[in-house]
Amino acid sequence: MSFSHRPINPADLFKDAALAALMALILALPLIGFRSVAEGGQLALTTRFDWVGIGVAGVFLGRLVLVYASSFWPPSGANFALAEAVREGMSRYVMALAGMGLLLALLLPFLPFSSRYVIDVATGLLIYIMLGWGLNIVVGLAGLLDLGYVAFYAMGAYSYALLALQFDLSFWICLPLAGLFAGLLGIVLGFPVLRLRGDYLAIVTLGFGEIIRIILLNWYEITGGPDGLSGIPRPSFFGLPFKPTTGEHEISAFHQAFGLEFSGLHRVIFLYYLILCLALITNFFTLRLRKLPLGRAWEALREDEIASRSLGINPRNTKLTAFGIGATFGGLAGAFFATRQGFISPESFTFVESATILAIVVLGGMGSQIGVVVAAALLILLPEFGRELEEFRMLVFGAAMVLIMAWRPRGLLANREPTLRLHRRDRRGGEPR
Amino acid sequence: MSAAHLSGGAPPLLNVEHLSMRFGGLLAVDDLSFQAGAREITAIIGPNGAGKTTVFNCITGFYRPDVGRVTLNTDRGPRYLERLEGFRIARAGVVRTFQNIRLFANMSVLENLLVAQHNHLMRASLFSIAGLLGWCRYRRAEKAAVALACRWLERIGLMDKADWDAGRLAYGDQRRLEIARAMCAQPKLLCLDEPAAGLNPRESMALSELLQSLRDEEGIALLLIEHDMGVVMQISQHIIVLDYGRKIAEGSPRAIRSDAAVIRAYLGENGTQPLPPEVMEDVGQS
Amino acid sequence: MGYFLQQLINGVTLGMIYGLVAIGYTMVYGILGMINFAHGEIYMIGAFISILGFILVGLAGITAVPLALIIVLTATMIFTAAYGWSVERVAYRPLRQAPRLAPLISAIGMSIFLQNYVQLSQGAQVKTLPPFIEGGVVLLRDADFAVRISYVQLLIWLLTLVLMAGFAWIIGRTALGRAQRACAEDRVMASLVGINVDRTISLTFVLGAALAAVAGTMVTLYYGVVDFFIGFLAGIKAFTAAVLGGIGSLPGAMLGGLILGLVEAFWSAYFTTEYKDVAAFTILVLVLIFRPTGLLGRPEVEKV
Repeated sequence: MSFSHRPINPADLFKDAALAALMALILALPLIGFRSVAEGGQLALTTRFDWVGIGVAGVFLGRLVLVYASSFWPPSGANFALAEAVREGMSRYVMALAGMGLLLALLLPFLPFSSRYVIDVATGLLIYIMLGWGLNIVVGLAGLLDLGYVAFYAMGAYSYALLALQFDLSFWICLPLAGLFAGLLGIVLGFPVLRLRGDYLAIVTLGFGEIIRIILLNWYEITGGPDGLSGIPRPSFFGLPFKPTTGEHEISAFHQAFGLEFSGLHRVIFLYYLILCLALITNFFTLRLRKLPLGRAWEALREDEIASRSLGINPRNTKLTAFGIGATFGGLAGAFFATRQGFISPESFTFVESATILAIVVLGGMGSQIGVVVAAALLILLPEFGRELEEFRMLVFGAAMVLIMAWRPRGLLANREPTLRLHRRDRRGGEPR
Repeated sequence: MSAAHLSGGAPPLLNVEHLSMRFGGLLAVDDLSFQAGAREITAIIGPNGAGKTTVFNCITGFYRPDVGRVTLNTDRGPRYLERLEGFRIARAGVVRTFQNIRLFANMSVLENLLVAQHNHLMRASLFSIAGLLGWCRYRRAEKAAVALACRWLERIGLMDKADWDAGRLAYGDQRRLEIARAMCAQPKLLCLDEPAAGLNPRESMALSELLQSLRDEEGIALLLIEHDMGVVMQISQHIIVLDYGRKIAEGSPRAIRSDAAVIRAYLGENGTQPLPPEVMEDVGQS
Repeated sequence: MGYFLQQLINGVTLGMIYGLVAIGYTMVYGILGMINFAHGEIYMIGAFISILGFILVGLAGITAVPLALIIVLTATMIFTAAYGWSVERVAYRPLRQAPRLAPLISAIGMSIFLQNYVQLSQGAQVKTLPPFIEGGVVLLRDADFAVRISYVQLLIWLLTLVLMAGFAWIIGRTALGRAQRACAEDRVMASLVGINVDRTISLTFVLGAALAAVAGTMVTLYYGVVDFFIGFLAGIKAFTAAVLGGIGSLPGAMLGGLILGLVEAFWSAYFTTEYKDVAAFTILVLVLIFRPTGLLGRPEVEKV
């Protein structure tokens, strides 16, 4: 594939497209051309050669257009300059954008277009944003590739559910405890494995994630196995439950205390603000830590562990703090998830969840807090808009991951701002590049 | 060999005794003993593959020597470096630079210098608690750390580029930044692995001056591996020559210059025929 | 005793299948230094294509088992290899120079894509193939237990050994093998001495996919049950096998696969089947902690 901007010889163009079409034919012929169907205990075949034909023709034309169009693209140098300009512009307005986003998030339940559905979707999105921010500490800052983050999410959810169900503790006690347990799990798991290098760490964390899930699936006595746990208490507004009036004369529910008509929406809105708060705390905590010696040590370890060690940074403890703090936030998000759903089962904590959270972090641009928001919005909201295409959701999701990585391997907003500046920002414009 | 070059009866800052390190069948360092005095520049020279970097890696905790003892005599008594974990060696007061520069490329120049003050700042931030709460105790410490970093930035002439990503600096600047970063960790002994490699003559000269000023003004000891004999002969008080992992000579620059074993090691056994002048210059025989 | 022997046979069979898939991981990791996350899906695709193949030869009226087997195996290998090649071309090649995490994310995306692609194109139901090769040999008869090795198991053993030998020859003796080893050692240097790195990497994916296709076909024959989700777990276990044996080492991949297969067989036989996957993962974690280079891997000296 050549990205020259010289005119392309039409013969080459057609040859290239024909090759692509041939490849498409080979790929499509078995799996799309034939389909095995069970028929009276036997497997029979149905054929769909028309689909193959359409697909191959599509690839041929698509390839033709793509290669032809690419001959008009500016040479990569200009492309680079353009990307730089976009980057520069984005980083300049990023604060303004973040402010507007925050304002929108704060006012969302009261905006004219908002409905129960909108708030529900936004709540779901915020869970992923919080998870993304939590994992960003581990992956983005400390550079530890964690493919089993869902284990901590699950730990938080199950801790919360079990504490609330077995010991009847209130939400506000269970929540920090769930975070604490998840954090402890993070430290216990992290301790033996954090000296492993990149990809090995990834696969071990993936293994841990699966182990936790299998345990949840099989430990019937405690976790309910595949049936999960249900009837998890819903949160109260600092002791005031969200439920229809129980007594007439005393104030026993949220709507009475505030003199409102009872509405199921109250709890939805309350949950929304709760997760918004939790997510913002995660964000604030991360932004703050990043500017502290601990945060800089994380980044230094990500950049060069050997140099960090030679400067007296304890790699193991520093990584453990990142792992533990990331796990704690995962656990808090899990606890919230449990209380919001009222029901949890191992099905919610599969590897695809870990992959999604990691994809949010990496697609957003490692270490970029706003990138996490953008990527989460993209990955979580897009499938939401394509509800009619329900069955194609994950297909598109996977393809999007591949394409975005090919397009921007460093992520959407991969612009690192130093934690501390000596000179004012606008001097940067004059720096030679 | 005696430690006669060391002043007085005080123990030397660094004392390496009977160090040996083996990789498979290769004896990279063979029963090496030497000392490095406080406020002195000690150079380790030798042909390629003589085991110099291995010695460094043993001293700075990247390898664990098979045999031998590496003692750093500090105010608070001797520290046995070969027993310490890598990161504790820096805390004990030995910091190094690397042959192939190891900066934190995607962090700014200033941040590189702040990371070097990690342990100090970490304590000041009460392991992040004070920092998170924004206590003035931490803010004061950070201000002092930035001031120290700025002092070094002035000194290596990178003040203007403080906010640049370290990876974008020119090669010579990266070398100097790595030294400054090591100095920000406030070592008693600074180990430099080929600091002049890849520098042009003007930059080498500047480097020599910088290293001498580290010794004279900061009062630290330097241990240096270097191939640039101009630099070595000019600045070091004491030279150790390695060949095949063994020490073949030790002494002042003047003594080393005329040492027969050294010349043999560098030029081979038949060092009888006259050498081209540039080679002579290289071994300091001009 | 008889029971033990039977588990040994089952474990070795399972281990050989893991080993075949593990080779794909180990080769790609050796050359690119990355986990080819989509490799498990390639294996799954191999299994699905082989099912289609078996139905087709049945419809074509080819009843001679060896002939049918050869046709199905060859076709499966070719079509699956095309998938392996395409995965590399689409998801990894554009990311050669990208930061370390990018190809991994791309690979995970590819894996999700392929899983759903097969689910959509072939349906989400479990596919059950009637036994194609039946019968076996009774090796030993205890009072109450007959140790039996089925013809399918024998076939798997034979095929695996032949493929392993062929592979050892390719890697050790051919120009392609030399190019692969050179690329694994140092990709830049290999390209400087005139090795077509892209082509070598592509061929590595093709070979790995072909072996995974064989493994997929064997699993179809062995269990007769296939669904679109088998790739994930098999992939992770095969990777475990590769790590266990020492990543980058071909005999290691086979050895790791065998150990894993045996552990799983015995674990299921003597403890519980529920936790057999936990056993596999626990082995992985323990190996990585105590011997990160695996059983046959080369020790790595930290370069300073």
